[in-house]
Amino acid sequence: MDFKLKIWRQKNAREKGGFRTYPINDVSPEMSFLEMLDYLNKQIIESGGEPVTFEHDCREGICGSCGLFINGRPHGPMRRTTTCELHMREFTDGDTIVIEPWRSKAFPIIKDLVVDRSSFERIMHAGGFISVDTGSAPESNSLPVSKNNSDKAFDAAACIGCGACVAACKNSSAMLFAAAKIAQYALVTQGKAEAKERVDKMVRQMDAEGFGYCSNTYGCEFDCPKGISIDFIALMNREFFSSKVCRQIPGRYTRKV
Amino acid sequence: MKKKATTLPSLSQKYIMAVAGIFLMLFLIFHLATNLLMLAGDGGKQFGNVVNFLTENPAVKIMEYILFAGFLLHIILGVILQVHNYRARPVRYHSRLQTETSQFSRYMIHTGVIILVFLVIHLMNFFFIRLGWVAVPDHAESRHDFFSMAVVLFQNPWYSLVYIVSFVFLGFHLKHAFQSAFQSLGLNHTKYTPAIKVIGTIYALAISIGFSLIPLYFLFIF
Repeated sequence: MDFKLKIWRQKNAREKGGFRTYPINDVSPEMSFLEMLDYLNKQIIESGGEPVTFEHDCREGICGSCGLFINGRPHGPMRRTTTCELHMREFTDGDTIVIEPWRSKAFPIIKDLVVDRSSFERIMHAGGFISVDTGSAPESNSLPVSKNNSDKAFDAAACIGCGACVAACKNSSAMLFAAAKIAQYALVTQGKAEAKERVDKMVRQMDAEGFGYCSNTYGCEFDCPKGISIDFIALMNREFFSSKVCRQIPGRYTRKV
Repeated sequence: MKKKATTLPSLSQKYIMAVAGIFLMLFLIFHLATNLLMLAGDGGKQFGNVVNFLTENPAVKIMEYILFAGFLLHIILGVILQVHNYRARPVRYHSRLQTETSQFSRYMIHTGVIILVFLVIHLMNFFFIRLGWVAVPDHAESRHDFFSMAVVLFQNPWYSLVYIVSFVFLGFHLKHAFQSAFQSLGLNHTKYTPAIKVIGTIYALAISIGFSLIPLYFLFIF
């Protein structure tokens, strides 16, 4: 297979980037998208050029490192698939493939196709955890969790934090990510104790990072490689509302004598 | 490095937007019901009675202020949210976003601006006359004679066309708005959400068609 690749090249965060076109020939349809880029980089290096920088790690769709905006879609044309699991057989021979980095104020470009997604980590630092003492694992039957809730929490926890939701959103909103991370704790017993503080802190951190606001276009759900549902955004909205209405402020309930 | 937010949380803003939107949607039902009395074929008698009742009722006067506040809140917050959303992606994509979303959801600000322009024209033609801000047209008996004002306006085909087109865009806006408001309020349910979507579509169609019947009546039947 032969392709024309139109790739965003940018030296560093400060310099202005631009597209460069690379013809690539003899691509096997069995190659993954990242293998195709490896193959391109081999050719660029052999001809003495600077290889295209892109992020990758597990290459089996679970680490969330790879994330390329391919022909107008995050992770390319195939639904429920990360870039690393996308294969060249999904394209037509002779296609021009446009490859861009995620574009969002909260995801500044580091180099070429690599963006800085530490804003996601700061959202997690703000409340994406449970405070428990370390030690031996507690008796699992002492924590009652309904099957329905544990299944739902697991669906939410399938989020790999790749940022496709932000990339797919016309407002570059991170609500699907935040909602999944809030829901995975809010639905189970372990997470309930801190649920109200957590949702407030994580939402505020998300806002502070400069992500856009949700306008319910549901593009995030469509392009999420893990199929995270926008139902979790509604759950986050509910959690947030109850955190505002029913949060108990320490000391406020002590009767003065 | 921890950054601190200084504004109202995003979700609170969405809540306010949704509540104001639902309030305006309820108002539209009431407004349509009143307006459809013009089609009663009695020369605007019943319609005139309702207008008189409403203009003299002090409770309605209070509701008018609340309604104005609802409009202002929805419009101003809508613009603020949109500006924020544009700024969240300072460098746009080169390729057009191919992610599948509903057409209606993508153009909320655009349909919203069209409705705002219509709203200003509409207020100039009716509400501001009643308030005495705009001079009463010669053909109207008093500043409360909305029926005569409507007859003259709608018998101009261009005005009627603008009116109908505006309500088509309002229908587009409402098609997304109805279910979106429920989602923003967190009211999402496996069983009820599909029903909400259907009701939203029916509501949007009813408002669009209902209001469009009035100029069509005055153009072709009256």
